[in-house]
Amino acid sequence: MNKNTNATIKELQTGLAQGTFSSAEITSDYLTKINLLNPDINAFISITREKALEQAKAADQLIADGKASALTGIPLAHKDIFCTDGTTTTCGSRMLENFKAPYNANVIQNFENQHAVMLGKTNMDEFAMGSSNENSFYGPVKNPWALDSVPGGSSGGSAAAVAAGLAPAATGTDTGGSIRQPAAFCGITGLKPTYGRVSRYGMIAYASSLDQGGPMAHTAEDCAILLQTMAGFDKRDSTSMDKEIPDYSASLNNDLSGLKIGLPKEYFAEGLNSDVARNIDEAISQYQKLGAEIKDISLPNSKIAIPTYYVVAMAECSSNLSRFDGVRFGHRCDDPKDLEDLYKRSRGEGFGEEVKRRIMIGAYTLSAGYYDAFYLKAQKLRRLISQDFSQAFEEVDIIAGPTTPEVAWKTGEKSADPVSMYLQDIYTISVNLAGLPGMSVPAGFADGKPVGLQLIGNYFDESRLLNAAHQFQQHTDWHQMSPEEK
Amino acid sequence: MQWETVIGLEIHAQLATKSKIFSAASTAFGAEPNTQACAVDLGLPGVLPVLNKEVVNMAIKFGVAIDAEIGRESVFARKNYFYPDLPKGYQISQMDLPIVGKGRLTISPAEGVSKVVGITRAHLEEDAGKSLHDQFPGQTGVDLNRAGTPLLEIVSEPDMSSAKEAVAYARKIHSLVQFIEICDGNMAQGSLRCDANVSVRPVGQQELGTRAEIKNINSFRFLERAINYEIERQIDVIEDGGTVVQETRLYDSEKNETRSMRSKEEANDYRYFPDPDLLPVRVTDEDIETIRTSLPELPEQKRLRYINELKLTDYNAELLSSSREIADYFETALCRLSDQPSLLANWILGDLTGALNKSEMGFADSPINPEQLTGLLTRISDNTISGKIAKEVFEAMWNGEGSADDIIDSKGLKQITDTGAIEQLINDVIASNPEQVEQFRAGKEKVLGFFVGQIMKQSKGKANPGQVNQLLREKLKP
Repeated sequence: MNKNTNATIKELQTGLAQGTFSSAEITSDYLTKINLLNPDINAFISITREKALEQAKAADQLIADGKASALTGIPLAHKDIFCTDGTTTTCGSRMLENFKAPYNANVIQNFENQHAVMLGKTNMDEFAMGSSNENSFYGPVKNPWALDSVPGGSSGGSAAAVAAGLAPAATGTDTGGSIRQPAAFCGITGLKPTYGRVSRYGMIAYASSLDQGGPMAHTAEDCAILLQTMAGFDKRDSTSMDKEIPDYSASLNNDLSGLKIGLPKEYFAEGLNSDVARNIDEAISQYQKLGAEIKDISLPNSKIAIPTYYVVAMAECSSNLSRFDGVRFGHRCDDPKDLEDLYKRSRGEGFGEEVKRRIMIGAYTLSAGYYDAFYLKAQKLRRLISQDFSQAFEEVDIIAGPTTPEVAWKTGEKSADPVSMYLQDIYTISVNLAGLPGMSVPAGFADGKPVGLQLIGNYFDESRLLNAAHQFQQHTDWHQMSPEEK
Repeated sequence: MQWETVIGLEIHAQLATKSKIFSAASTAFGAEPNTQACAVDLGLPGVLPVLNKEVVNMAIKFGVAIDAEIGRESVFARKNYFYPDLPKGYQISQMDLPIVGKGRLTISPAEGVSKVVGITRAHLEEDAGKSLHDQFPGQTGVDLNRAGTPLLEIVSEPDMSSAKEAVAYARKIHSLVQFIEICDGNMAQGSLRCDANVSVRPVGQQELGTRAEIKNINSFRFLERAINYEIERQIDVIEDGGTVVQETRLYDSEKNETRSMRSKEEANDYRYFPDPDLLPVRVTDEDIETIRTSLPELPEQKRLRYINELKLTDYNAELLSSSREIADYFETALCRLSDQPSLLANWILGDLTGALNKSEMGFADSPINPEQLTGLLTRISDNTISGKIAKEVFEAMWNGEGSADDIIDSKGLKQITDTGAIEQLINDVIASNPEQVEQFRAGKEKVLGFFVGQIMKQSKGKANPGQVNQLLREKLKP
């Protein structure tokens, strides 16, 4: 059988269909590898071994009976922000250490409907707040390419799991870059869909107007396969869009000649690491060879994206996290002496530093007398940022640039200075504020660590992004590299 | 010093939907604690609110009924505060852009008096759960059955100047929401709750005095008493040289007093902001028109029609249009007795209302239905029975003894209108009371009453009183 746990979903689908191996076998291989490597990488918060083997066995039966669908028997890892019926969903927090939701997130249910296999729940920054996965109650995640470095965040566990071959693909969520940045840092492919493309039901909210779930995999082709299952209208999420889902795999091989790619000058300005820049330049040259037309564009309001994002996201999180009060579920302090004590200590003990920081700043920006200056202003700036993109998309089909200004930094290097860490999200954050789809595609190495190329598309134009990424991957091999072979 | 009072009311009407405003859980009253609270109502992580469209229609109905501007785009906002019966740590409400804007309502605080009260706005929101403090010693229980129940908060202008006016306004709202079938109006179950903003100022002063908000008022009687208590209290405070502080006060109906709950300084900063989980509610002109045409005749329209077309008194018209139940009863009966609206009004508001009140029943479950009542009144109009006998028939009907005609027949209550039979009765009475005859003939008019009484007694009340009077006078002529 195929012992290559770095296989793509596409390859696993073929193997399962041809009987080269069974779902039970590959599931078991991944579980073995998780047992072996997870203690070092810490990509998983929980490993649902028994459930996985059970699901794999059931999937093999379906395959044998000819009743398999696209993802039947494919092992996946899920970010521990997606509620899974009957197993713990911690969101990286002590607050939810023992929380078991009585329902599946829409995304999880979609995969279960296809009889995909769940290997476990991946580590993440607490409540998805962070860019390095150092903010998890369950310990930091290590970057498989350099164990002394961060994997990015907040979907760092998912990115590290895929990069290290602990799962062929994983789910992530992206509020300000939480899929794309760890995908870039770990040398995998990640897609943040258009806001409203994937249901947020059962996905624990950080910043509701920005959060979006998406796939993280080795290839764009795999992302297309996963998005096909994740996307769709869900009447339980009023912000999900009732819009036709195209066949994402069907357009992967479209010719790129004539594709107009815009390079925003603001994304190549000061602050961009020169080695990262070089890799991105090479990737752009590759696109030129594929027939794309490269245009210089401007997104003039890019510089205000970070403050705008942090006002909006923190305001929303301060309210979203109010439900964690120690009353009905989650962490409750011992022997509260009164109601106020119950709230203060349950929340004080249950939340980590970064979460508390964001709740406090968020509550401040919403408070009487500051609302107009912060929250309302941020909403106005948000519209300006969206307008920048709308104007750009009148000229170009996609926008390209680096996913991050630097490659993965060393664990602990930026944790003392939250603002310097916030600044690392500079290229990804605008995309969330505008609600656009964005991808990160492996595009080389700098300092021995992966570099990500970011592709940004127009609303609901995931097909074109996946097509552009897939064509790039047909002519490059960065996505095929494995830290084991390094 | 002369004082005047300024009152504004905030009324929470529970909308009569089957399911909650943002979840599919049932809104039925009285279930075991926490059996009607789903994951959304419990505020579990990851769940999202989905707007029940029916509440929007109900709010628009109300808006149209008070002639208000309907928000073409209204927005749900989060009102953030911590309390155990508020599962999410915020209440979904509406702040800057409510669904119903400025409107108005005509009230009749006294007979023949009418006044227009402005309504500032009405907005949709979810109810909180309930904290149960008395069931577990040393602990507080939380019942989330009520969490997420849809409410329409109706905010009036400070247009009322007495407890009487406030009660008239509250009653009118109570009747209106039932008329348009958006609220069951059950105050005992909390379907309609009232907070009163009360302030006083010297007569002639332009600016408003400092107000106190009084909460926990659950009946019209308590509303009147709470406001009157509060007016007295505020006047006493000022006349004693003190100042009224802006605060929230709780009404204690047992002690009939209001007590300070929290001052303005202690008030929460609710940190309102638009709820990112919900889209703005968009309402089109067509939506509003569809609802407008589906609305029943409103109480005010009925009242005016009763006065102008049916020629009822203001007082009767007001009462008959005061609730859907009574108006429906009246109009059903009127179809069968269209030439006698006043007779009908008097019986419905008199004997029937009296009997229903005594038995604590409503018009909908009256043992005498409109058909039966008109059956009885028809027999009064056609002189089959007198008004007095009618009361006896009414009582028998109330006790389920059949229709008016059955009862009249079986009890032999048909009025005696045969002149010969009446003359016979008169002759007998005159013959056996010679003394009284003398008195009458000597000019003592009052004795006529004695004779009428005797004759009616002899006829067991069945003799036609008009005929008795007329014939008696003739016979008594010297």
